[in-house]
Amino acid sequence: MFNKIGFRLIFVVAFTTLIIIGVFAYFNVKSQSSNLISEVERHANQLGETVVSSTRFDMMLNQRDRIQQTINSIGTQPQIRDVRIINKFGEIIYSSDSTYINKMVDKREESCYACHAEDKPLEQISITERTRIFRVHPDSNRVIGIITPIYNEKSCWNSDCHAHPKDQKVLGVLDVSISLAEVDKAILNSEWKIVGFSIIAIIALGLLIAFFIRRWVSRPVNDLLNGTLQVSQGNLNYTIKEMGEDEIGKLGTSFNNMTKKLAEARMQLFQSDKMASLGRLAAGVAHEINNPLTGVLTYSSFLLKRTKDNPEFQEDLKVIVRETIRSREIVKSLLDFARQSVPKKIDADINEIIIKAVAVIDNQLSINKVKIVKQIDNNLPKITVDSNQMEQVFINLFVNACDAIGNTGGTITLTTQKISLTPFGTTQIKKATCRKRHSLIDNDYKIDGMPSLKVKVVSDGKEGMVHLDPVYGKHRNNFDVGFKIGKDAKYVCPDCNNSLVLENKTCPKCGAPILAFEISGEGIYEVCSSEGSNWEKWDSVDSAGLKEYIEIKVTDTGSGINNEDLPKIFDPFFSTKGQKGNGLGLAVIWGIIDNHNGTITVNSDLGKGTTFTIRIPFIQNR
Amino acid sequence: MKKNADILVIDDEQVIVDAVVKICALDNYSVDVALNAKTGLEKIANHHYPIIISDIMMPDGDGFEILEAVKKKKEDSALIMATGFSTVENAVNSLYKGAVSFIPKPFTVDELLSTVYRVNNFQKIMGKQKLIIQQQKNDEILFVACPSKYLRLGYSTWMFQEREGTVLVGMCDIYMKTIDSIQQIELLNREDEIAQGISCASFICANDRNHRILAPLSGRIVEVNETIKNNPSLIEKDPYFEGWIYRVIPANIEYEIKYLIPCSSDRI
Repeated sequence: MFNKIGFRLIFVVAFTTLIIIGVFAYFNVKSQSSNLISEVERHANQLGETVVSSTRFDMMLNQRDRIQQTINSIGTQPQIRDVRIINKFGEIIYSSDSTYINKMVDKREESCYACHAEDKPLEQISITERTRIFRVHPDSNRVIGIITPIYNEKSCWNSDCHAHPKDQKVLGVLDVSISLAEVDKAILNSEWKIVGFSIIAIIALGLLIAFFIRRWVSRPVNDLLNGTLQVSQGNLNYTIKEMGEDEIGKLGTSFNNMTKKLAEARMQLFQSDKMASLGRLAAGVAHEINNPLTGVLTYSSFLLKRTKDNPEFQEDLKVIVRETIRSREIVKSLLDFARQSVPKKIDADINEIIIKAVAVIDNQLSINKVKIVKQIDNNLPKITVDSNQMEQVFINLFVNACDAIGNTGGTITLTTQKISLTPFGTTQIKKATCRKRHSLIDNDYKIDGMPSLKVKVVSDGKEGMVHLDPVYGKHRNNFDVGFKIGKDAKYVCPDCNNSLVLENKTCPKCGAPILAFEISGEGIYEVCSSEGSNWEKWDSVDSAGLKEYIEIKVTDTGSGINNEDLPKIFDPFFSTKGQKGNGLGLAVIWGIIDNHNGTITVNSDLGKGTTFTIRIPFIQNR
Repeated sequence: MKKNADILVIDDEQVIVDAVVKICALDNYSVDVALNAKTGLEKIANHHYPIIISDIMMPDGDGFEILEAVKKKKEDSALIMATGFSTVENAVNSLYKGAVSFIPKPFTVDELLSTVYRVNNFQKIMGKQKLIIQQQKNDEILFVACPSKYLRLGYSTWMFQEREGTVLVGMCDIYMKTIDSIQQIELLNREDEIAQGISCASFICANDRNHRILAPLSGRIVEVNETIKNNPSLIEKDPYFEGWIYRVIPANIEYEIKYLIPCSSDRI
């Protein structure tokens, strides 16, 4: 529970509030009680003075009964615990509690200590020093005691009784003790009130913060967490619902963008891989079928030639020959798709190619009442492409767009522009060799669908194969060889056992040996051999900086493609046109764009239209 | 000594080899066979064949090895490359390297017989030419070599770059000498696309022989020589000038030109 960010925040806020309110309450209670006490003190002092002055006359007359009576009557008042008069010798001569009368008081007792601390008693002391707060028993109420000294005066030593000599300054003291029960009760009461208020404040604050944290932090963070979990499990179609405009909301939006891009990239890779194998398959199939087809065609045409005088056979044989020739054309179009040959690239203006392609299907456009809107960047540089293949790409796209629009009329929007994208994390190593030109690409071990780089590792007499991520900047390397790779391990080419370790250089991050791969035409790719390190370097790609692309968008206002079909549209033989299409158009396009190291992506809204986005890098060296 | 066969066919596919044997028998050629490149090379080393038909892609070697072997032997064997569509570029390359013709697989009886017929005639003409040179009869001309600024695709078609950027396409005289007189001509139309090494026209001659003409380059046809439609013999009479066939806007000339042989190299 404490691992939750919301709980932590609430805890921190509640704790801070607790301390602030606690400190505030402490000082508040303290000042309140000291105010109360000083008020009581003043009150008690006043009472003392009053008792002294009200008994003065009786003392003068030495009417002891009356004094006792006065004291008794004062002592009966509810708050007053005890009123005593103590003479010079420490004897209690009057007391509201009669049991104390004639008892001696020890000078070292707390009530006396203030004056009698020194050997010679002090005669003038301040009110606070005359006051003491104490408990009779540890569990009884607090009591405030105040000593009021009774001073000698002229009328005393002049009096008839002559009880007090002239040189005596203090005749005795009046000790009034007042119970603080009520005051303590009031203080306790206000303490409880403050504590109660604090608890309520903390709970209320906690709840309020909990509510908003839940709303603004926990819930969106949980959504994000859920999203990342989904993505890590491979569900790249997961989108997080709108979360507002704050930072977390923006995080959510960029998360959605990221997964979308990721999904596109994976789709491209997946498609690329599938196309490559399909291409090989198609080429293989076409090649294999070609030979039996040659047998059929040659023998049937041979028969056709030899049965010239037999019109009955002629008709049937002609059908065989005709249909075999048709098969030959199908194989040809299959091979057009699978054609592994390098595109015949020349410098060309992509806008011109597009305009040419538009001209080719001009007729169909006007029949379908399709309007072409060109948003063309006229300052595009020339790029190295196979202009025929590119023209075929656009013609196919336009024809598809026309078909999607149907007879009702619509618009095709063509946009061309220049864009820049970063190469880090996107550049795939497709060819890597050792110094003896043995390929180190492992088609049997793929990382995220791409053939990995293989390195044989020899450590303590054991051998194993390490697989490195072919995407520059991703480091999804697999060092799991079934044994521990020692520090003195050798990293060699699996074919020729020549070392792949770069001499005179170690990893600047961890000091481990560096593996070097020759990438044909693109310099050396260096990567740290340690499993934990993510150091890698590829100068020729780094120095190239941002990669520049020409982006071409073809948007139609046609019927759109539904979501289930979307991932399949680039597959060969997938067609929504029924008998009309052979399902190779988009597959051919895909192959052509891939041959130009470009990418093609599709976005479609059912009923609204479809956009194809093609990106082709300026530099065609890969 | 056993008489050598007229034709050696090298292909790893038994059906094709059998078919070639049967078809060639129709025109009374004797055919020797090799089912892989290795056997083919051995046979070429030990015997002389006027015509060799070879597959380009075989498990143990390719047609270019055969081509090299024939060249090395310095015998006048004419090579016909048989190939699938996937290797048109290879086929064009083989023409550049000295093969006389190529035939795309699968082929019909007529297509193969026409090709063999042409190549056989080619061999005859070349044989005569050799004799003439030996006998130094310089006044006798068997065919006219193409003009020096022309480029040719093997021994079949030529192209000439005009100043306007367009390209003229026509037939080499040696090709015309290997076929009978044209009875009918089938041409593509204006605005059609042609591709290097792919048929762009066909000549129908005597005995139903249908000769497919391979385009020397890729491009779009902007003009068709209408006069040859009505008067095909013009191609035979003046193949390099009045007998041109198409005027083409080239699509990929920078790339494709490397497979074309400059005619100036013929005039040594």
